[in-house]
Amino acid sequence: MSKVIVVTSGKGGVGKTTSSAAFSAGLAARGHKTAVIDFDVGLRNLDLIMGVERRVIYDFVNVINGEATLKQALIKDKRVDNLYILPASQTRDKDALTKEGVESIINELKADGFDYIVCDSPAGIEKGAFMALYFADEAIVVTNPEVSSVRDSDRILGILQSRSKVAEDGGSVKEHLLITRYSPDRVEGGDMLGMDDIVEILSIPLIGVIPESGSVLQASNSGNPVIMDKESTAGQAYEDVVSRFLGEDIPLRFVDVEQKKKGFFQKIFG
Amino acid sequence: MGLFNFFKKEKKKNTANLAKERLQILIAHEHSNKSTKSPDYLPKLRDELVQVIRKYVHVTDKDVQVNVEKGDDFDTLELNITLPESK
Repeated sequence: MSKVIVVTSGKGGVGKTTSSAAFSAGLAARGHKTAVIDFDVGLRNLDLIMGVERRVIYDFVNVINGEATLKQALIKDKRVDNLYILPASQTRDKDALTKEGVESIINELKADGFDYIVCDSPAGIEKGAFMALYFADEAIVVTNPEVSSVRDSDRILGILQSRSKVAEDGGSVKEHLLITRYSPDRVEGGDMLGMDDIVEILSIPLIGVIPESGSVLQASNSGNPVIMDKESTAGQAYEDVVSRFLGEDIPLRFVDVEQKKKGFFQKIFG
Repeated sequence: MGLFNFFKKEKKKNTANLAKERLQILIAHEHSNKSTKSPDYLPKLRDELVQVIRKYVHVTDKDVQVNVEKGDDFDTLELNITLPESK
């Protein structure tokens, strides 16, 4: 049984594409046949984050319009088996995305035996974002510990539960909160919303907390999903997200301030 | 707690708590707006009512007010038509 998962947020720049790349690469690395689709028509970036930008020949819209087959457009990842990327179109306008077109592609992927279809949503609540979430069974809502991001996440949760296909059919989309760019020391200092506060406000289950980390930028610079950086805290936190998504119950890591050993004088003088 | 902390007069303000409070108020407000949102058919209903009334009396668009009030057990459709002064 294949599952469609949308990675969404409402707000831009919170880490949807980074998370989509890491999450799909993590699922594939564990042996699940996974496709990740870029829904940001006109502003494609998933190809760049995943390092396949020079291998794009056909895109999502070409397949919808029948100018290419799905097989021709899917880019097979060279690092991870079972991982396929469907890039967004860079030139066409977003009206090219139709419900029927998107549905036929998702159905074809399901028929091809894909276990997971990850939809990387564009920012906003316009057509592209709506199309990305419409066919979703589950949603990963990416949120930064910052007021505008939390508010936008709440908005997108409302849309998920009222306008998605599952909601229209009387069901409900399974929601997961993913907090990114988290700085435990700033939370402790009272400068940043804590994860418990965000969970309380949005009242959806937490699937993971990704710490603010320089390795995320390094990963995007080099076109490797950050989950492949096994040394980095962000990469390990994404591994945990994949484990929890697959049903493991594991504790959160990197959410507390690292205990630095204080010298004798520091102890006295603070 | 170091020695110097003792002399610090005031603690820095905790802005994260402020953020949480503001968000809770805002989101509660936005959710309540959603549930009392007027039905989608209201503007069309209003237009058609104006057309019917105009067959008999001359009224402008502003003279017809349509509102839905949420009650505990039932909703009320409130219709307010201001007729022109009869001469």
